[in-house]
Amino acid sequence: MALETKQVAMTGNEAVANAIKQINPDVIAAYPITPQTDIVQYYSSFVADGQVDTQMVTVESEHSAMSATIGASAAGARAMTATSSQGLALMHEMLHIASGFRLPIVMPVVNRAVSAPINIHCDHSDTMAALTTGWLQIYSENAQEAYDNVIQAMRIAEDPRVRLPVMVCYDGFITSHAVENLFLLPDETVKQFVGEYNPKHTLFDFDSPVTFGPLVLPDYFSEIKAQEADAMRAAKEVILEIAEEFAKISGRKYGYYEGYHLEDAERVIVVLSSTAGTAKEVVDELRAQGEKVGLMKPRVIRPFPAEEFVKALSGAKVVAVMDRAETFSTQGGQLFTELRAAFYEAPTKPLMRNYIFGLGGRDTTTAEIRRVFEDLKKDQERGSVDRKVTHLDVRV
Amino acid sequence: MSLKGYKDLPEGGVIPERGNSVLYKTGEWRSMKPVYYPEGCVHCLLCWAFCPEPAIKVENGRMLGIDYDHCKGCGICARECPRKEKALQMVRE
Amino acid sequence: MASLKELSALPEVLAPGHRLCAGCGAPIVVRMITRAAKGPLVVANATGCLEVSTTIYPYTSWNTPWIHTAFENAAATASGVEAAYHALKRRGKVDKDINIVVFGGDGGTYDIGFQSLSGAMERNHKLVYVCYDNGAYMNTGIQRSSATPKGANTTTSPVGKVSYGKRENRKDLTEIMAAHNIPYAAQVSPSHWNDLYQKAEKAFAANGAAFINAFAPCPRGWRHDTKDTIEICRLAVDTCFWPLYEVVDGKYRVTYKPREKKPVTEFLKAQGRFSHLFQPGNEEVLEAIQKEVDRKWEELLKLEELSNS
Repeated sequence: MALETKQVAMTGNEAVANAIKQINPDVIAAYPITPQTDIVQYYSSFVADGQVDTQMVTVESEHSAMSATIGASAAGARAMTATSSQGLALMHEMLHIASGFRLPIVMPVVNRAVSAPINIHCDHSDTMAALTTGWLQIYSENAQEAYDNVIQAMRIAEDPRVRLPVMVCYDGFITSHAVENLFLLPDETVKQFVGEYNPKHTLFDFDSPVTFGPLVLPDYFSEIKAQEADAMRAAKEVILEIAEEFAKISGRKYGYYEGYHLEDAERVIVVLSSTAGTAKEVVDELRAQGEKVGLMKPRVIRPFPAEEFVKALSGAKVVAVMDRAETFSTQGGQLFTELRAAFYEAPTKPLMRNYIFGLGGRDTTTAEIRRVFEDLKKDQERGSVDRKVTHLDVRV
Repeated sequence: MSLKGYKDLPEGGVIPERGNSVLYKTGEWRSMKPVYYPEGCVHCLLCWAFCPEPAIKVENGRMLGIDYDHCKGCGICARECPRKEKALQMVRE
Repeated sequence: MASLKELSALPEVLAPGHRLCAGCGAPIVVRMITRAAKGPLVVANATGCLEVSTTIYPYTSWNTPWIHTAFENAAATASGVEAAYHALKRRGKVDKDINIVVFGGDGGTYDIGFQSLSGAMERNHKLVYVCYDNGAYMNTGIQRSSATPKGANTTTSPVGKVSYGKRENRKDLTEIMAAHNIPYAAQVSPSHWNDLYQKAEKAFAANGAAFINAFAPCPRGWRHDTKDTIEICRLAVDTCFWPLYEVVDGKYRVTYKPREKKPVTEFLKAQGRFSHLFQPGNEEVLEAIQKEVDRKWEELLKLEELSNS
């Protein structure tokens, strides 16, 4: 079957708004925040022009955005929202409740630094602070991936083995506002792919009423959390199944990560989202010079596919994990500490070092990436890393 | 009572039941209890309207007595009864 | 006008076996309000006494679908439920007409839930928000809220050598809700069950958002005998501390005017939380409380006159 597809030039936010339009959810409750705002604006226009029949609730805060989305989802609606930065921080309390209720909400998060100081540009401090909320997290390198991930996320979230909310993350301004060429799927294809939502319990079932959100004391609380943890584990295989199905309709393949010249790479950079694009450029350049360098771009970090990541990096001699968020552990960023911990049982471990980079939208160019590979080369020659955690490109 | 294992509980901590708290007997809390004298009752149902539980048994608009399984003995019914002690009287448990 | 006989034949939304304190005012409000919903009813509840005491897992006292998410957002949660109703009805997945009622205490309504309530009212969702106002954070142990009356002894406005309890006047939330220009706002008291029921009927029938502020004594926090709950409601109404009125599309109507307005001290002296005010030295506080009640009552009568002229 020839794949039907349409090439367009769109910003990341426009692409994501179009993915949501094609999903045409029952309810959207959203609040504007830079750099997510266009999504809400585009969607408001879709509603105003009758292109979708979504019930849109223009709430008075992100806390209420997530609360209303939860209310709608518990009522049996397919419900979505989108946010960034302070907005995600404000809805933090409700993130736990969405997952605790096992509601399949999909939320694009346009990554932006969290205050203070206030800053509107990209880093990952917003979503990194939400890693323990019971949401799946899928990261996107560019507009195409953000579009594709939103569509896949709907299916992953609603899978009866999962029933957990999903964040689809992409970089503020870099991806959200830059115009890229990408391929949109036909409306009907997306509609068929996401299918009908069949909730397990709903507030509108008056024949067998359900109580959502009771007080659960120590006698049952652990059991309910254990169920949630099981669902997160189950999400691992569902993510791959949905990716395989998605490849059939799009021709684009997704997994837990993307490897770039990884197979025989000795020096590897691990980095999320748009910076991976920059890193690919440098990998090409260095490969042309005969350097054994490679890239691993994790796509999914909740659940954390530890075994697969370890396997992917098992041939590497030195690994630089680049975190776009300071977590103040003093032991490195979140991605670094988790990936490093994943190697604890591995028979062979590469040398590992961490870079905290790109905070508050600081550009990370090919020059910085080249410098990281140079550091790795020295580490490899020395047989040890000279510094575990480095703030990349910070003036002293 | 053995509690259910985690795989047997409904997802998301929901309670897919209707008013099953009737199985929980709050009547044990009582230190005073209302005693009902049908012969003095005019079936105005104020006791029923003001009962917080509800623990006043009513059928076809007629007061039938107290649900002692749940009555906590607050005494609102006896206090608000227009027939006073002729229909409802609080006595020590 | 419905009789209690008729009302007793309507479905009971709240089942017994809940663990609210003996003599609690909140469930009396809930039982009467929910009867006025004609047809299927979804209940949203803010965190608080009513929420925790009626849903101690695996037990629920609710005979109808019910949702609690958090403390400050019952109105926002219900906004989402209402949006889902419109969407699913439009798409043929729901065929019934559904009523939505929200219950929140004064902490969850006047204070932490104030923003989300204001948002939901401004967006004019078709739902009825009911505040059961017991004038303090009772669930956490009687801390003052913005609904706590002046002079009340609470655990965060305690009476001490240099303190007569809460120093500030209450926030007038019913007025603030009316200022949202919603179709219906009202103040009710469980003692006046018929007035309460009729207002609830109007609230459910309103073409948009409705707000009801319900007086709800807390025997623990107010320190009165459990049997006196309704009598204290009556005193609140007869002293004009808690006037019964409604605002329908901007028009005020005082639904009960006491023939003889009792001094506010009759309401205050019935409760332990105000007992210190009757000690020598607090005469001025009592006077100030009376003055404020008078001022608010006169203002209300004028609003009634003005809005109907």
